[in-house]
Amino acid sequence: MAVLVIADHDGASVRETTHKTVTAASKLGGEVDILVVGQGAKAAADSAAKIAGVRKVLLADSAALGHQLAEAVEATVMGLASGYDAFLSPASNDGKNFMPRLAARLDVAPISDIVEVVSPDTFVRPIYAGNALETIQTSDAKKVITVRPTAFDAAGEGGSASIESVAGADAGKAAFVSEEMVKSDRPELGAAKIVVSGGRALGSAEEFHAVMDPLADKLGAAVGASRAAVDAGYAPNDYQVGQTGKVVAPALYIAIGISGAIQHLAGMKDSKVIVAINKDADAPIFQVADFGWVADYKTAVPELMKALG
Amino acid sequence: MISVGEGPLTPGYVDRPGQAFHSLPPQSGHLMDSAMKVLVPVKRVIDSNVKARVKADQTGVDLANVKMSMNPFDEIAVEEAVRLKEGKEHHAAGTASEIVVVSIGVTQAQETIRTALAMGADRGLLIQSDADLEPLAVAKLLKAVVDEEKPDLVLMGKQSIDGDNNAVGQMLAALLDWPQATFASKIEIAGGKAVVTREVDGGLQTLAATLPAVVTVDLRLNTPRYASLPNIMKAKKKEIAMKAVADYGVDVAPRLKVLKVAEPPKRGAGVKVTDAADLVAKLKTAGVL
Repeated sequence: MAVLVIADHDGASVRETTHKTVTAASKLGGEVDILVVGQGAKAAADSAAKIAGVRKVLLADSAALGHQLAEAVEATVMGLASGYDAFLSPASNDGKNFMPRLAARLDVAPISDIVEVVSPDTFVRPIYAGNALETIQTSDAKKVITVRPTAFDAAGEGGSASIESVAGADAGKAAFVSEEMVKSDRPELGAAKIVVSGGRALGSAEEFHAVMDPLADKLGAAVGASRAAVDAGYAPNDYQVGQTGKVVAPALYIAIGISGAIQHLAGMKDSKVIVAINKDADAPIFQVADFGWVADYKTAVPELMKALG
Repeated sequence: MISVGEGPLTPGYVDRPGQAFHSLPPQSGHLMDSAMKVLVPVKRVIDSNVKARVKADQTGVDLANVKMSMNPFDEIAVEEAVRLKEGKEHHAAGTASEIVVVSIGVTQAQETIRTALAMGADRGLLIQSDADLEPLAVAKLLKAVVDEEKPDLVLMGKQSIDGDNNAVGQMLAALLDWPQATFASKIEIAGGKAVVTREVDGGLQTLAATLPAVVTVDLRLNTPRYASLPNIMKAKKKEIAMKAVADYGVDVAPRLKVLKVAEPPKRGAGVKVTDAADLVAKLKTAGVL
């Protein structure tokens, strides 16, 4: 068995989600290679080569791959497909974008968002917004799997895999126009040890940032938001925690003014410690909170800032 | 299990406050080549306000006597198709000329199609199946429908809230060898292209996909309408063609075997705190500060 992990990276280095996907890949048995697709991504390949337990790193580097568009990434992986029995990628938006294409090309059933490898052909994945966990066994010879990073430990460093260049595919029929990325010096939402999340109770974008940003900076935390807060325009889409947004599992999750809709809980209920601050004592968020504080955020957050020193 | 199903139902996908988040300025000036035919696949799923409960024998989720609705993401796709036809928001009137809605599922999925017709779609197609088909089989059936209907655009939800696979749109695009633009929060049709703003890790990305294309929609694209009574009455007269899976000669054999469906580990409620000092002390004891 040979397994190919398609890396999640920013050009300079692979993200921790890649390390976690390597851990899931290693549970399938057999050799694990990593593919880095991008433009000017040599540094990312170098960082991938340092992950322990990796046989080799493949680097497909070309202008056509610059924005990692689904058609080009999928076609690049297809060029390597005969050498591998399984393909794994983090269940990031990028991974979700190209991996099902790959499955269709290979005529196999994609296996999305796994949280456990039971055996090389059997996996556990959440369905119905995490209200159920299904254990599924695939009969396909090749497996195409996306991995929920929060469910796996990160593979360690200390490897020294070789790096090989491989051919990248041409651009597809969709062309990159522009992008508008949220700039932040804070930790990434999916990888942060502490996440502070704000809800619709905050009332406006100005208030959201005025309340959440100083608290996040004090704690070294990432900022998240409920779907309601994002829909209302208080926070950018990238902040959304939930069934269809980001799934997070930090050591500490502080929910401020969030009621706790089913789809929000699906994105954060695996956090180690959950704190809820909400003035509505009946808010469902309190049913999953380790520490619940029935209070108006307007007084509670300044008090918390003070107590943190 | 998260015990949020007790007491009042928690708003899930139905709360639709305010304005969607868009950081791109609205654009105008569309060049219409010709009016498009739009195909919108829709799925009948458990209502988003209902908490799914696992069957005692762990064979699946109990759907008996549970309220079913159109998948919320598909509702957004239907709404956008209707806006393309009506010329609402930034779309030029008549950008879409015909909207065909297709569903694959049990006979009752006709109701789901009827909802889309009441929202403004023109006609429906139900491919009847009592089996819960996997995304690969669904994508193959949709490809067969596209081959027959020849739409310029397939507009569909990015995922269904039951299987949570987020796969069919991408698979359909690959099978058709069409470009894809997933997780759309804004769509503009101009010059034979769909210019789509996508919700991606880290922010927003805009792509230009040459038509025909598959576009899957995200939450912020629009707020679906509620059908008016006259439109509900009108929808009753619209055509829904009935087909069987076998009519398409497509291999829909399952590739996956569900061994077990279980409840996730329960998370119990914790303790209440009454002031910040108490909270900080407890977090320090827990080792997370």
